[in-house]
Amino acid sequence: MNQVNNSSFSNNRLINWFKLSSPSTFYPVAGKLIPIFWVLAALFGLAGLWVSFFVAPVDAVQGQGYRIIFIHVPASWMSMFIYLVMATWAGLGLVFNTRLSAMMAQSLAPVGAWMAFLSLWTGAFWGKPMWGAWWVWDARLTSELILLFLYLGFIALQASIDNPRRADKAGAILALLGVVNIPIIYFSVKWWNTLHQGASVSLTKAPAMAQTMFLGMLLMALCFWMYSIAVGLMRVRAIILEREAHTDWVRQLDEVKI
Amino acid sequence: MSALFTIIHRDLLLVMRRKSEVLTALFFFVVVASLFPLGIGADAALLRKIAPGVLWVAALLSTLLGLHRMFAADYQDGALEQLALAPQPMVILVTGKIIAHWIVCGLPLVLLAPLIGIQFDLDTSSLYILMLTLLLGTPVLSLLGSVGAALTLGVRGGSVLMSLLILPLYIPVLIFGAGAVYANSVGLDISGHFSLLGALLILALAFIPWVSAAAVKIAIE
Repeated sequence: MNQVNNSSFSNNRLINWFKLSSPSTFYPVAGKLIPIFWVLAALFGLAGLWVSFFVAPVDAVQGQGYRIIFIHVPASWMSMFIYLVMATWAGLGLVFNTRLSAMMAQSLAPVGAWMAFLSLWTGAFWGKPMWGAWWVWDARLTSELILLFLYLGFIALQASIDNPRRADKAGAILALLGVVNIPIIYFSVKWWNTLHQGASVSLTKAPAMAQTMFLGMLLMALCFWMYSIAVGLMRVRAIILEREAHTDWVRQLDEVKI
Repeated sequence: MSALFTIIHRDLLLVMRRKSEVLTALFFFVVVASLFPLGIGADAALLRKIAPGVLWVAALLSTLLGLHRMFAADYQDGALEQLALAPQPMVILVTGKIIAHWIVCGLPLVLLAPLIGIQFDLDTSSLYILMLTLLLGTPVLSLLGSVGAALTLGVRGGSVLMSLLILPLYIPVLIFGAGAVYANSVGLDISGHFSLLGALLILALAFIPWVSAAAVKIAIE
């Protein structure tokens, strides 16, 4: 109800938001936002690394080796979260036929794939000293691997279809089909009794770890988040330039003129 | 409804006119399954253990072989566009094609599996479970595969790309299908595996035909 009232009163604001869905208005705005997100990523990263290396105590069971959690958990979170965001953009592009949404989905896919890879890689480094194996066929590891495959499939499908509009739509269908995997990864440690430890942090109860450890992880997660936004925006700007190369406004840009 | 049967009948008739393609996929299933004992060695205990996984993986791969046939020929000669123009909803036509694919590529695997299973020294109860899991699982494979086949229509290197897209989505079916046979062989309860396979089948039946129809529409746009 509130929203209806708002939109009827402040029509201007609504129009402003939709204005951003056009590549020509979004391009300069994204350019201004990128440095902000890089600075935020650097600040959160420095604070997070300082907390995770110097403030957080040594784990009673796992010793110093546990510290890879500060990379591993944020990367895993982001790999799942970016997939959801990517699928949302792809779905919006499919429903509303907006060009920019599909470009956003396309720009996020490699970032998410990188996060999934990072999560598996750091997981292997953590698994070797703790479980004695680089890799086990555990439900959570396997479903994270499937997530990586889904990202790669999305990228491969988009790359191999020449017509960009068809590529966007086909990719969107694949992305939406893959969303089923996200809750499976997230709940796998609950549903199956697996080697992978249970969730470190939950929304419903206090974190099962020291406050400082939790703080370090949160800071690192924020750093990864800001990094993903910054890289996503940089990539989407490049995609806009590529796809809109035929338009006048791109030809008028200073960075293109040279 | 009659449109559905017409499509199934048409696709089956097309297959009967060119039997070699179907027989190739079945032969592939048999050959792949027979390669494993040759590569791993004829230790009966080991073979019994790997049989469910090997048979299921062979079934996944041979289903993939037949998938590109689902839409590709119709897409190339324009029949798919004519079907899209028909007054019947696209979903019915796609469902018919999926059912025809399952009858040609899924059902024979269910019937052949016990024969291969005997080669792997499976006992009778395991053979029954294997057949039942395949009966529940292969329709899911046909359904999911139809999305991949539709998405990669007319794309360069489409069939390789299709396997890349579809195989990760097949993993849950593989896990529960092969898991049920293995759990049965070690005397564990298998009702959970069957419930999950049935759930996958129901979900896929409820949603995938619509997804596939949307994908076909995108391809012929």
